[in-house]
Amino acid sequence: MCRIINHPIVEREERKNVTIYVDGKKLEAKEGEMIAAALLANNIHTFRYTKKQREPRGIFCGIGQCNDCVMIVDGVPNTRTCVTPVRDGMVITTQKGLGKIGDHNAL
Amino acid sequence: MLYDVLIVGGGPAGLGAAINAAKAGASVLLLDENHLLGGQLFKQIHKFFGSQDHYAGWRGIDIGQKLLREAAEAGVKIKLNSRVVGCLEDGLISVYEEQTGKLIGYKSKKVILAVGAKENAVSFPGWTLPGVMTAGAAQTFANVHGVLPGKKILVIGSGNVGLIVSYQLTQAGADIVAIVDALPGISGYGVHASKVSRLGIPFYLKHTISRASGEDRVQSAEIVQIDKSFDPIPGTEKQFKVDTVLLAVGLSPKVELATMLGCDFHYEPRLGGHTILHDKNMETSVKGVYVCGDLAGVEEASTALEEGRLAGVAAAESLGYLEPSQALRLKKDIWKNLNELRKGTFGEARRDAKEHLLTMLKEVGSGRVV
Repeated sequence: MCRIINHPIVEREERKNVTIYVDGKKLEAKEGEMIAAALLANNIHTFRYTKKQREPRGIFCGIGQCNDCVMIVDGVPNTRTCVTPVRDGMVITTQKGLGKIGDHNAL
Repeated sequence: MLYDVLIVGGGPAGLGAAINAAKAGASVLLLDENHLLGGQLFKQIHKFFGSQDHYAGWRGIDIGQKLLREAAEAGVKIKLNSRVVGCLEDGLISVYEEQTGKLIGYKSKKVILAVGAKENAVSFPGWTLPGVMTAGAAQTFANVHGVLPGKKILVIGSGNVGLIVSYQLTQAGADIVAIVDALPGISGYGVHASKVSRLGIPFYLKHTISRASGEDRVQSAEIVQIDKSFDPIPGTEKQFKVDTVLLAVGLSPKVELATMLGCDFHYEPRLGGHTILHDKNMETSVKGVYVCGDLAGVEEASTALEEGRLAGVAAAESLGYLEPSQALRLKKDIWKNLNELRKGTFGEARRDAKEHLLTMLKEVGSGRVV
């Protein structure tokens, strides 16, 4: 776990836990947090693989500009996980290439 | 509805513009692509320094809260999750609404662009691996989302962003193994450099990153010493066992929208590269289009805020909401503040560059008319 507890400056309100499903695995996330943050907190760093070279990609800019962290979220490919909040029951899939609409299946 | 002033970007510059234009009586629409306003302010958990008039001793997060309150009190109309995707010939600003998936056109009498800057990257073998990210990304995850992007971190770049983020990630519990810079000296302020030095973080100057390696994530990184012409010196390689490499190698103004509108620009490396030309009122070569903040030259949050205020006042004045004498009084205060903020070794270079930009603009309205 890499959630920051007892930060010397930033105080954070306790948030409710929600459940997300990543590549079929049931994981815990905090209500309202960005998908990418929930994945990092669960020690997941590879979000997709590129189309031609099958290279891993993860977070790069973290603010919705670079599109490196896109995944298939609730069947929608190319969803920017760093600016999309989690929802209880959300289904997230590692994206392979450009992804397919409606693709829920893991690699 | 036809707004008096449409502002793109709700960071310190856009908020400053919105508050000042609205206070003068103009109807203001503030658009931001994010789900919250404030831009990068809410990541700035350190105290600003400088003079009392410029929020010295305040943390960015607190300045952000204050600006949000002022914008609400001034009656600024705010639309979040709204991304400007185009500026059309007839002055129509095309906006994509994230929530509804709709494309909406807005028209206004004046446009203020406050879209900020983007982080630069540097490429090397392995730079696309998960774990290599911008310093701003790490700052966002640690300070806003409360999650550390890594435990052992190598930072590339010793400018203020590299220094501040190194300090903040240490506060959050990470281990910064080293800060690397190609230049022979530390690029950021002495205040920040001293803070990270006191933490015992080593600096590798005249060095650059040569490689990041790992399977599905960074597992190690290699740096190498460089000579005067920035070529690597063989045999000087050093290996670090790290899981994260942060790139803090400068920022560039996001000029896309402004150039789409036809605003003239100039390459000014001291201000981050391609910079939109503007006059003393922040108005560009396109009449009725203003720029402020990092888009008008990469500086700091405090200067961005002042420039935003200036653009807001100037736009309100040109619409007749302020008497010329009234506007001049307000603008004189802001110009004075900007001069104060552009002092010292770092500030003076920026002031010179800014003054040079002023001379580059032929005249307001010399560009395409919207």
